[in-house]
Amino acid sequence: MTGTGTALTLARAQFAFTISFHFIFPAFSIGLASYLAVLEALWLKTGKPVYDNLFRYWIKIFAIVFGMGVVSGIVMSYQFGTNWAVFSDKAGPIIGPLMAYEVLSAFFLEAGFLGVMLFGINKVGKRLHFLATCMVAAGTLLSATWILAANSWMQTPAGWMTNAAGQFVPQGSWLTIIWNPSFPYRFVHTVIAAYLTTSLAVGAVGAWHLLRDRNNAGARTMFSMAMWMAALVAPIQILAGDTQGLNTQEYQPAKVMAMEGHFDSYAAGAPLVLFGIPDETNRRMTYSVEIPKLSSLILAHDWNAPLAGLDTIARRDWPPVAIIFWSFRVMVGLGLAILGLGVLSLLARVRGKLYEWSVLHRLAVTMGPAGFIAVIAGWVTTEVGRQPFTVYHALRTADSVSPIATPAVTGSLLAFVVVYFACFVSGAIYILKLMAKPPSAHEAPPEPKPIHAAGITPAAGLK
Amino acid sequence: MHANLTVVWAGIIVFAVAMYVVMDGFDLGIGILFTRFDVGVERDTAMNAIAPVWDGNETWLILGGGGLMAAFPLAYAVVLPALYAPIIAMLLGLVFRGVAFEFRWRDPNHRARWDSGFCLGSIVATFAQGVTLGALLQGIKISGRAYAGGYWDWLTPFSVLTGTSLVVGYALLGACWLIWKTSDLVHVEARRFAAVLTPGLLAAIAAVSIYTPFLSNKFYATWFTWPGVCALAAMPVAVAAIGFALYRHTGQGRDYVPFVLTLSLFGLSLLGLAISMWPDVIPGRLSVWDAAAPRSSQIFMLVGASVLMPLILAYTAWAYWVFRGKVAHEGYH
Repeated sequence: MTGTGTALTLARAQFAFTISFHFIFPAFSIGLASYLAVLEALWLKTGKPVYDNLFRYWIKIFAIVFGMGVVSGIVMSYQFGTNWAVFSDKAGPIIGPLMAYEVLSAFFLEAGFLGVMLFGINKVGKRLHFLATCMVAAGTLLSATWILAANSWMQTPAGWMTNAAGQFVPQGSWLTIIWNPSFPYRFVHTVIAAYLTTSLAVGAVGAWHLLRDRNNAGARTMFSMAMWMAALVAPIQILAGDTQGLNTQEYQPAKVMAMEGHFDSYAAGAPLVLFGIPDETNRRMTYSVEIPKLSSLILAHDWNAPLAGLDTIARRDWPPVAIIFWSFRVMVGLGLAILGLGVLSLLARVRGKLYEWSVLHRLAVTMGPAGFIAVIAGWVTTEVGRQPFTVYHALRTADSVSPIATPAVTGSLLAFVVVYFACFVSGAIYILKLMAKPPSAHEAPPEPKPIHAAGITPAAGLK
Repeated sequence: MHANLTVVWAGIIVFAVAMYVVMDGFDLGIGILFTRFDVGVERDTAMNAIAPVWDGNETWLILGGGGLMAAFPLAYAVVLPALYAPIIAMLLGLVFRGVAFEFRWRDPNHRARWDSGFCLGSIVATFAQGVTLGALLQGIKISGRAYAGGYWDWLTPFSVLTGTSLVVGYALLGACWLIWKTSDLVHVEARRFAAVLTPGLLAAIAAVSIYTPFLSNKFYATWFTWPGVCALAAMPVAVAAIGFALYRHTGQGRDYVPFVLTLSLFGLSLLGLAISMWPDVIPGRLSVWDAAAPRSSQIFMLVGASVLMPLILAYTAWAYWVFRGKVAHEGYH
């Protein structure tokens, strides 16, 4: 079954829509879970109430983010079957077990300990509660491991062969499949991205409250922690991104050509295109601003290295150039801006003005959403860059789709758009409302709270 | 060897589905009944009875879906497009009710709206699951390795019957969970709901059981020849006995008994279903062996499952144990 035209386009739109929405939540909850574990560890170690209060402040936000991640994730686990049946049949023997491991090792761990983490501190005591927090954090990281192994296998498939039924089946060791060529690079880059995204969000909330009250202890602590993260990890992330780029250059050169906007090959030194408008029809960049030979230096570490362009790739195997060209620039631009923020925060620290310098705080508030946008832009770059294949050079997207008629796909896409906007926009508003409240010295635990009609139990005997 | 592994995997998937029905069944059921409770203490207590465990309950559904893709990719690839509309409806229903858990606390001004969303989402998700089951039982058109029917094929009187039956069944499970976990007003109310829903579920089980053998010759032959006929004779007796005991316990008796009895009704229904379907995953079209993943995929997963499943059951049991006993008005603090 080869899908063409409207139904295929709509199925792709539906996947792009649901996964983009979904990805926002784990990008935040991976970072937040680890942050909560750190806060609780610091509280247990130092006994300082500020850490305990920050824990309770952020766990209320975590509960909402995690819940939205779960429900949007359930959709993903069925979307492969509803809209991408041929892909599921063919790649199921390899992708399926990786996802089954994700459910067994990660989802159950997170969900099983979440209840205790949210509501159980008075029932199980501090130490077991800390264990529950750590298990939830470990679950988010395990989940990232398995799903990125599956995703990376689609990008750089390894250790497979085709059976009589036309399915991709394992050949040899599963380790080859899991540790496929792009997995380690993608894993490092994505997990760091989640941590940076969270630190920017936490930093923005801290900065917002510092602008109102410089002496708020919670705001000071979270801002300082977030800025350390940004300053130390942003440079590492740029290096990690660079190595993933080189890995992509080796295994998916067409993707890098599109990212760079290189329609033509260069015999001696390719320019770095800073900006421009890709014209896929005429196979050239228009209005481009270039730095001569810099692209060769970055990708081949040699000013004069020859670099192949999209003219060496069959037109039917091109990814959509314009989308990747732009999404890549958005990601890199934001990455550099995050590095800038980190450097400024170090400067402020050296001058002893970290909590007083309002320009820095305003900048941090503005940069609050930067991580989310960068994560989505990076995801678009790598996923759209995989096109026109679902399994790179092995299965075309047009050959992966379910035999579903256009009206059914249209109807479901509309339903997803309506429900997602209603639910997740409300969720975002509630999160912003929680963030707008300053962290207090006696932060309340998450609901379900004592019910007022039955008599108030103030702060519910938090030990 | 491969054949045996396939049977093991069929068993694991059935186990995941059964765990899902048991665990998410009662929290969907509380959702179905939710707006019948009074605003305030009653609703908040009902919510407290499931707040710490619903995430884990729903994870069994992801295991059902993910496990099916992993162990029986062909079945996953045929069934999901065939049941496109009910599956999407179920997912959207679950989204609505899932976010309502948190949102109703965050937005007191619109709490009534999220409560309705919680109820409606639970009903839609449950009905869609029942429809999915009915549509699967009545058969799915296949050509080659793909679904070959239209996108309204799932809608028949039988699938509407199974959908409605499941709504009644989950509501009863939810009521029985509340009988067990709550006291005072909610407890009394839950007993009243259970007394009404018990005859409803028995009628539904009877209707589906009578209808099913006439869906296909294979089902008919299974139930009306030896040894199926023994089960045919035993089933109604067992269901009637449990149903009678359940009805009596809705009014009085130990608080955990109605939940256990309702679970055993679900267990018998599932057993009947398994007898009807075996060894097919799509009745009359695709056996578990036709749909099975290659051996190396099955072994790789079995290693993980045999280590992780006992661990999952252990810490899930621990989490339930932490929140054991009656839910007080004060929630968990």
